[in-house]
Amino acid sequence: MSLLLKNISLPLADFTLEVDVEMHRHVTAVFGPSGAGKTSLLDLIAGLRTARSAFIQLDDHTLTDTVKKTSVPTHRRGIGYVPQDLALFPHLSVRRNLLYGCKPGGVNDPSFSFDHVAEVLEIQPLISRGVTELSGGEKQRVALARALLAAPRLLLLDEPLANLDAPLKAKIIPYLARVRDEFQVPMLCVTHDRFEALALADEIVVLVDGKVRQTGPVSEVFTRPASAEVARLVAVETLQPGTIMSVNDGLATVSVNRITLTALAPATASREVFVCIRGEDVVLQRDPATPSSVRNRLPARVVSLHPEGALVRVELDAGFPLFALVTRAACAELALREGEAITALLKAPSIHLVPR
Amino acid sequence: MTAEEWQIVWFTAWVSALSTVIILPFGLALAWVLARRDWPGKSIVETFVTLPLVMPPVATGLILLKLFGRRGALGGFLHDQLHLDVIFTWRAVLLALSVMSMPLLVRAARVAFEEVNPRLEQIARTLGAGGRRVFFTVTLPLAARGVIGGMLLAFARALGEFGATIMVAGNIPGKTSTLSLAIFENVQLGDDPRAFRLLGVSVVLAFAAVWCSEFFLRRKKAT
Repeated sequence: MSLLLKNISLPLADFTLEVDVEMHRHVTAVFGPSGAGKTSLLDLIAGLRTARSAFIQLDDHTLTDTVKKTSVPTHRRGIGYVPQDLALFPHLSVRRNLLYGCKPGGVNDPSFSFDHVAEVLEIQPLISRGVTELSGGEKQRVALARALLAAPRLLLLDEPLANLDAPLKAKIIPYLARVRDEFQVPMLCVTHDRFEALALADEIVVLVDGKVRQTGPVSEVFTRPASAEVARLVAVETLQPGTIMSVNDGLATVSVNRITLTALAPATASREVFVCIRGEDVVLQRDPATPSSVRNRLPARVVSLHPEGALVRVELDAGFPLFALVTRAACAELALREGEAITALLKAPSIHLVPR
Repeated sequence: MTAEEWQIVWFTAWVSALSTVIILPFGLALAWVLARRDWPGKSIVETFVTLPLVMPPVATGLILLKLFGRRGALGGFLHDQLHLDVIFTWRAVLLALSVMSMPLLVRAARVAFEEVNPRLEQIARTLGAGGRRVFFTVTLPLAARGVIGGMLLAFARALGEFGATIMVAGNIPGKTSTLSLAIFENVQLGDDPRAFRLLGVSVVLAFAAVWCSEFFLRRKKAT
């Protein structure tokens, strides 16, 4: 897919949403803090709001062009939208909610057939219930299925996991991943949770105060933030693909580039993960022999030092690139120099495993 | 109860019901526009809608009399083009009841529409539903209780209408005489037993209508 958002300007309460971006990947995350204008951007794409100026094109179809004064009405855009509050129709049964957007004559693409969607999202047991009898996670799946049954050309998801507690999140993420893999629908997913973005998206657009701060592949934006502001938001300096080798007593043994780490086991069944480590969670130590409670002790070599205000960003080679954030004083005390050997300490809970 | 009294009760009930049915599409359209759209001068329209509620009914009746009389702007047109006379016929009763009860329907339906989450309507549109389908499958069903409550209130208001009706329809026995008009007339003539019988009927009818509307309006708040 290609989604072009050009010359977009929409005045909001505290700032003007100004976006100029192209998205070409299967799943794009629009990432940013609350109140950054993310939902307004989705509303514009769905045609639910009118911008001061906008050019929106999905593949070959121009949806909005304020210069030519054309705008395809919402109900002809073929864009599925799962809003944060899900907006299930309370007066209709689950079945009638699901069928609301179905085309009367059926669709050409069999992957959007009722049976297939119901199977992927496992909603068959819910169909005869009322909407109010569903749990949070079930509502989420029904809302997703309802949007998919309309055979959309693009699926907009607004904070799909924000209202769910951690165990429920872990249950829903695999469903979202299945939707991503089973249907040829490009997805645009708004989130303020960096792990959610990592788990689902190929590409990320960082939106702060209505402006795009950085775009690019997820791993690139997370490891090489373009500005201190983006770095503060994503706050993951180290991001490496890894494989879970075994899980014991809630602890997972992960292999990253043949280096073995111990981390808290994630709730998902996936063995292929991203290993995320924040720079401030990495402790550096001269003497490798001192005993401590820390599970992971990695012999490393200092590759480079980048002063950032009161802190120094230390790039290490621990068998994989590892970044540490230490104070200037600590850096001086340890007399860190490029090329020197050092031990990096990582507590198991500070290593985040995100399914990939 | 004499046959003549039953005729009055029957006429009052069906002309009130008919006026409620006639104002329904206009009232819903107006209520929806007031609930969902904004435009400069909206407050003027809002005031006009409420006006018949607060103006003396006799004054509203006088305005209708001037408009729909044979020399009035609308009455002249109806008489010349369609050979329809309104004033002092059952149509005048219908007109007076419609104008007087419309504000109650519009106000109740507007509140009901405003309580429907606009997000539900927007998502219905993303699922391919056009404006009309959204209204009939999402907005109206979700506002149904409030709308039905408003219809019953309008019906009850029509049952008891007096001032505007007597201005435009007079009180012609067997033709335009409604419950309120007949009660007033019988008290004037000193026929108290008859007035009290009609009073009893109107109390029962009004009680039933208001009780039902309360049921619908209150149940809606509870959910």
